[in-house]
Amino acid sequence: MTADATAVPALGKDLIGLETLSAAQIRVILDTAEPFKEVSERAIKKVPALRGKTIVNLFFEASTRTRISFEFAEKRLSADTVNVATQGSSVSKGETLVDTARNLEAMRIDMVVIRHGASGAAKFLGDRIESNVINAGDGKHEHPTQALLDILTLRDRFGELAGLKVAICGDILHSRVARSNIWCLTKLGVEVGVCGPPSLLPREVEALGVTVLPRIEDAIAWADALNVLRLQLERMQAGFIPSLREYNRVFGVTRERLERAPKDLVILHPGPMNRGVEIDSDVADGPFSVILPQVTNGVAVRMAVLYLLAGGTGAVAAAARGETS
Amino acid sequence: MTPILIRGGRVIDPSRGTDGPADVLLEDGRISAVGRGVVADEGATIIEAAGKVVAPGLIDLHVHLREPGQEDLETVSTGAMAAAAGGFTAVCAMPNTDPVTDNQAAVGFIVSQAQRAGKARVYPIGAVTLGQRGEQLAEFGELVGAGAVAVSDDGKPVATSHMMRTALEYARTFGIPVADHCEDMSLAQGGAMHEGLVSTRLGLKGIPAAAEEIMVARDIILAELTGGHVHLCHMSTRGSVELIRRGKERGIRVTAEATPHHFSLTHERCEHYDTNAKMNPPLREAADVEAIRRGLKDGTIDVVASDHAPHHYDAKEREFDLAPNGIIGLETALGVAIRDLVETGVLSLPELVERMSTRAARIFNLPGGTLAVGAPADVVVFDPTERWVVRPDAFYSKSRNTPYGGATLVGRAHQTIVRGRVVFDLSTV
Repeated sequence: MTADATAVPALGKDLIGLETLSAAQIRVILDTAEPFKEVSERAIKKVPALRGKTIVNLFFEASTRTRISFEFAEKRLSADTVNVATQGSSVSKGETLVDTARNLEAMRIDMVVIRHGASGAAKFLGDRIESNVINAGDGKHEHPTQALLDILTLRDRFGELAGLKVAICGDILHSRVARSNIWCLTKLGVEVGVCGPPSLLPREVEALGVTVLPRIEDAIAWADALNVLRLQLERMQAGFIPSLREYNRVFGVTRERLERAPKDLVILHPGPMNRGVEIDSDVADGPFSVILPQVTNGVAVRMAVLYLLAGGTGAVAAAARGETS
Repeated sequence: MTPILIRGGRVIDPSRGTDGPADVLLEDGRISAVGRGVVADEGATIIEAAGKVVAPGLIDLHVHLREPGQEDLETVSTGAMAAAAGGFTAVCAMPNTDPVTDNQAAVGFIVSQAQRAGKARVYPIGAVTLGQRGEQLAEFGELVGAGAVAVSDDGKPVATSHMMRTALEYARTFGIPVADHCEDMSLAQGGAMHEGLVSTRLGLKGIPAAAEEIMVARDIILAELTGGHVHLCHMSTRGSVELIRRGKERGIRVTAEATPHHFSLTHERCEHYDTNAKMNPPLREAADVEAIRRGLKDGTIDVVASDHAPHHYDAKEREFDLAPNGIIGLETALGVAIRDLVETGVLSLPELVERMSTRAARIFNLPGGTLAVGAPADVVVFDPTERWVVRPDAFYSKSRNTPYGGATLVGRAHQTIVRGRVVFDLSTV
């Protein structure tokens, strides 16, 4: 225990979402991520902070980036990890989430990272087991580590976050990334706009403290940074938009539109991208895109969350140096 | 049969507009005397009712008793006992059983199960369409002949306007209402709760108020077209209340019910993904709750009905999206209604008894709902001020799915008498 440990507001047992976190708690996660960034730049990318901890990555939905990012974060902290995907597990045999949870608990694990298609699934699990639970995306509810890595990336780029304007563009209705970003950004004093077809905006979204920007041109003229959401291709079949082609025509983030902006905009995208739909390739690959730095920061943010939930204190720098606390 | 003398209570009988201290004598399954100083033969059972209300037994027009098909959740017998414990002397059982109650044999089965149980009366509601599939009308004449008191495809709306029109027309032959579950499925599909700020925050697919109101409007228009009697189940939105009010003003034969949860709880209750707050129609907004209460006051909403919907705890112990809709309500309806309608000054006790008994009997054309001499001896004695804490593990229902567990309710049935026989007595519990 170091003296500054007392100044760290604890996160609680689980990280379910950012709606319930304070600005101070969010800053602790971001500040804890800073020294962990450096671990991934080393030749030997490993510190012993979570040595002896067992972590289950429980993925009920397909994921590449988030699952691998968590797994790297866990391994770089020296935790023992097991990946469970629903294919080939007892879940595909009809086991309920509560039974899965109890069985994991019976194996005396320390943490669970859960990705699930149903909103509330992470909280459901967290309420029923003593292990720490980290939400890696639950339905349309929250994806807290994605928003945290987005904000860490914005902070890297802009330094000060307060007063910044960030427009979240696309399918807000079905997006857990949008919800987590809205909570997190507004708590840190960022002005948040949302832009998308009205058929893809949730009811009463303004009540979350955001400005609705009707057209993508409005968002580009207003914002300092755009967070461009993936448009799920099945939204077209479900009748929310007429076609991907028209979506790109009306709401796509294109170089032509960005060139008419009064200033250069930083472009974020949580991935995976649909090039030529919500974002054009020359924007995604262009000089203002921070899409790959987002991915790099994802590992550091997840290391920070794992470390803090495992009881890590403010002695982060020591942990990052490889000293056990 | 031993006569029963209920002595010294506050006797409320909305059917005759009376409310005051009196004794009630029950003999041979009928009400034989009401008044002061009624004397019973020696050997009569005496129920001392000082401080309590003596009223016509409560009648619930909308319950799900799960038998046949899901007897692990509820049976006619356990449901009828739960009803009696809640002060109900009669309930109407919806036909979404397995198999569906869409023929006279199925109706007869429920009638005989209810007779065997000998608790609250159970009146079957027949299906509007075979298998509740919305394709072919059920044989209303045979359903009624076997004991059905109404028809409904509850759980599902009667989807096509043509089928609803036909049902309303044909039901006139038998003088029965067509009870509809109002939901535009194309708007509601996949929804798990009310569409609003809370669904936005929780990331759950919402069911807009419009999904209910579109069907309410359609049904009222079709009732006008056909002259049939449409009964609208579990109304939940302010827009529905307004549509019904206008329909009634124009003399259209529309009646409506509201559940205790829709006049006591709001969508904020879904916070924390509590699956005991998941029902269809969903819990709505405070303004909707207020409109339902006002609708009950001015008679736009005719009756309180529980929509008692038992589910196994395993089924509710799920992700919110995957959990089934519905809660049980027979044993909490009176306590919620007194707490949230009477104690809040919305309804007087006589008005509440009218909404929970007299008017229910009238709109479904059932016996009961009155303490008139010669009427069936279906009576409830309840304490209108008793505060009690809901303990789901003490329910007579087989299921425990209630959002009121641990809540303090006001008002509780002490004796429930059906056909002149005490079927529930709190003092012996």
